[in-house]
Amino acid sequence: MSTDVTDKVPASAPPGKSGGSASGENLLQLILGGLRRNMRQYGMLIALGLIVVLFQVWTGGDLLLPRNVSNLVLQNSYILILAIGMMLVIIAGHIDLSVGSLTAFVGAFAAVLTVQHGVAWPVALVLCLVVGAVAGSLQGFLIAYLGIPSFIVTLAGMLLFRGLTEIFLQGQTLGPFPNGLQKLGNGFLPEVGPNTNYHNLTLLLGFVLLAFVVGQEVRARKREQDFSLDVLPRNAFLLKLVAIAAAVLAVTMLLASYQGAPIILIVLGVLVVGYGYVMRNAVFGRHIYAIGGNLPAAKLSGVKDKKVTFYVFLNMGVLAALAGLVVAARLNAASPKAGLNFELEAIASSFIGGASMSGGVGTVLGAIIGGLVLGVLNNGMNLLSVGTDWQQVIKGLALLAAVGFDVWNKRKSGS
Amino acid sequence: MAGPVLEMRSIVKTFPGVKALSDVTLTVRQGEVHAICGENGAGKSTLMKVLSGVHPHGTYEGDILFEGEVCEFKDIRASEQRGIVIIHQELALVPFLSIAENIFLGNEHASGGFINWHETLKHATELLRRVGLTDHPETRITDIGVGKQQLVEIAKALSKKVKLLILDEPTAALNDEDSGKLLDLILELKKQGITSIIISHKLNEIRRVADSVTIIRDGKSIETLDVKAPETTEDRIITGMVGRDLDHRFPERTPFEGEVDAAPALEIRNWTVHHPIDQSRKVVDDVSIDVRRGEIVGIAGLMGAGRTELAMSVFGRTYGRHAGGTVLKDGKEIRTKTVAEAVQHGIAYVTEDRKHYGLNLIDNVNRNISLASLDKVARRGVVDEHEERQVAERFRKSMNIKAPTVFEPVGKLSGGNQQKVVLSKWIFAGPDVLILDEPTRGIDVGAKYEIYTVIDQLAAEGKAVVFISSELPELLGMCDRIYTMAAGRLTGEVPRAEATQEVLMRQMTKDKEVTR
Repeated sequence: MSTDVTDKVPASAPPGKSGGSASGENLLQLILGGLRRNMRQYGMLIALGLIVVLFQVWTGGDLLLPRNVSNLVLQNSYILILAIGMMLVIIAGHIDLSVGSLTAFVGAFAAVLTVQHGVAWPVALVLCLVVGAVAGSLQGFLIAYLGIPSFIVTLAGMLLFRGLTEIFLQGQTLGPFPNGLQKLGNGFLPEVGPNTNYHNLTLLLGFVLLAFVVGQEVRARKREQDFSLDVLPRNAFLLKLVAIAAAVLAVTMLLASYQGAPIILIVLGVLVVGYGYVMRNAVFGRHIYAIGGNLPAAKLSGVKDKKVTFYVFLNMGVLAALAGLVVAARLNAASPKAGLNFELEAIASSFIGGASMSGGVGTVLGAIIGGLVLGVLNNGMNLLSVGTDWQQVIKGLALLAAVGFDVWNKRKSGS
Repeated sequence: MAGPVLEMRSIVKTFPGVKALSDVTLTVRQGEVHAICGENGAGKSTLMKVLSGVHPHGTYEGDILFEGEVCEFKDIRASEQRGIVIIHQELALVPFLSIAENIFLGNEHASGGFINWHETLKHATELLRRVGLTDHPETRITDIGVGKQQLVEIAKALSKKVKLLILDEPTAALNDEDSGKLLDLILELKKQGITSIIISHKLNEIRRVADSVTIIRDGKSIETLDVKAPETTEDRIITGMVGRDLDHRFPERTPFEGEVDAAPALEIRNWTVHHPIDQSRKVVDDVSIDVRRGEIVGIAGLMGAGRTELAMSVFGRTYGRHAGGTVLKDGKEIRTKTVAEAVQHGIAYVTEDRKHYGLNLIDNVNRNISLASLDKVARRGVVDEHEERQVAERFRKSMNIKAPTVFEPVGKLSGGNQQKVVLSKWIFAGPDVLILDEPTRGIDVGAKYEIYTVIDQLAAEGKAVVFISSELPELLGMCDRIYTMAAGRLTGEVPRAEATQEVLMRQMTKDKEVTR
């Protein structure tokens, strides 16, 4: 049938041939075939694209206004930070329900330090991250070494940190924060160079990023050829590069034509690249996948499962602290109700992004895509003045649809 | 003599790719205790599952006649209604419910959906008395020992008005005292007119309780012997069990050319291990074995002999509670308390259960091979994917792993190819001693030969190989020496020249007396 034809095309097309001779129809078949074989990887990216296009139309173009894109990043940054850590936790086969409360707790701690005691903000920032690490390692110790289920430990943590936050703040909202800390939540990169109607530094960063990504793709393809693995034919590869370049440039131009790249976007970018690298290339990352995929087998392979679990939770604590600082900085106040339901948003992001309940599966990029799906839904519905009641309903359906699709897809390929 | 209560005629049962039963005929007389004997994998348990409706009518060929009527059971319930009750090797009791609740589980004394506790307790107490238990019926199952749990299972069977009781290796998990009690109970029930079928490896048990024994080998019923007849000796039963000819082909051994050191590569001395939960049970009891460089040493034993438990407890104490004994590597005592330590000392253990303990099935060939030795392909904690892939490709070629690329998830490979991945993983770890636990279980003949070749090659390179297997021809074809184990104890050591299936089986079925 037709699927057979499209499936065979990429393999039989000679990779060395020049792209000019390929007819448009051939290329389309190629792309469709590729998509079909990588449903899991590209499915959510396509869904994200569709959601963006839909809301762009429904909001009459408001969604992708430079100002709104900037807003979108600022609004979702803390959930994305949490989603990265949560993805690691879920891959390891655990769950963390305490991160919402922990963000509030760290925010409160930061406020007490800087507002009440006048501690310099860089010092406060470091202390807050340390508090997050301590909180995470406490939970990690109970889970990894005492064997208490993570659901229980972090459920207790959720109550405990929320309570401590209220005790700390005595039910009050505390602010405002010093300027430096505020920038973490609201700030943009500084203006430099001549006036070009665009934000110069952002443009520069965009081009550097573009060069980096394209370079990576080309190197990866060359390596795969060295191993005589099947690679995308040249014309399809070029198309992929063009698509990536278009996306990077579009975001760059959008941001550059408003106030530039938010500082938190840079932080987030570093985190995504860093954690992506760790999960893919570091021994530590491999061990996380191994204990989540098959714990007994990992143990019998000499993986120190307890140590790995401990560090995964310690890491989650640090990221939760960072998210707490960002939230507090963005609201310019620490509130007892900050970070409410953040843990659920982070968990939902991970599952939309391809994580599995039983562990061992998922990528950092997946968590980001999942988080963006939720973020764009939020933002788009806000622009359309949809009430929070319906927003919840729709987000719930989105989660069900994403995971349902995953299950259906797996069953189809498994049988 | 009473007539037959059960006749199973020409039973054939096929699983995808495997013929588990190819022609079994079993006749059990009214009121007798009938033993079924055979090697691991001979088809005993499958036969009992056919009889009890676990494999429903229509999934097998042949006829079952019970009390003279043809039976077509569609599930366990149907067979239980006729009075056929099976007690599985792994007990099917709910640990946190009481004895009484377990006895009547699914069969409650209730009216209108509400349990009549008075009736339940009264009836349970009666049943418990019949099996010789004095515990209160409201005691939770976790609070009584395995021996008593087995008796509760029988009480449960009695509550179902059992006529034919099937026990699958009932004493495998019991200590001597509890085993004795259980066997007495079977004889007591026989007096009350209940017929029993007992699957057992222990010949002395069979001689004690059974009236007749049917021997099953390679999915066929070989013969039925009268246990009480003088000519039915243990030797006679063993001959029936092992009668298989040595038609398996084994590669020619290349002898190890290097110098053999004075001390064995691995020596285990007086190793004793207790059951992880039931601490009164010795799963491995004072076992001492050794293996030299370039040597392949077999460990033979039936189910429950303690071979896997021995291997796993030595390999990073991954089984049970250590209760004594030392491990020596090249004559020096070493610590193997964690897997990492064992691996560091050059010991590798290739599990018998590759799906649960050997592989991360959702990950690819590449990453499964490197998992146990990531340090070898990593610099400062970062994996060199380039090198990792080269390693995987090398093993894919040398081990002939049939996978489209090294990025194929191992869950999609066949059993033989999965086994090659597990072997690759441990060969890549570069050990001096390899403990291979049932390395050819569940894989086809061609892949078996390939794995034998690999094992030979490892020995020729000077590795010390411990080969645990349930297939005697395989051990006879591959090993220089063969140890036998039974019920956690070492029961013998046979050099290749003197080893035959009969000699080994005799030592594997030895229960009490230890000859060393």
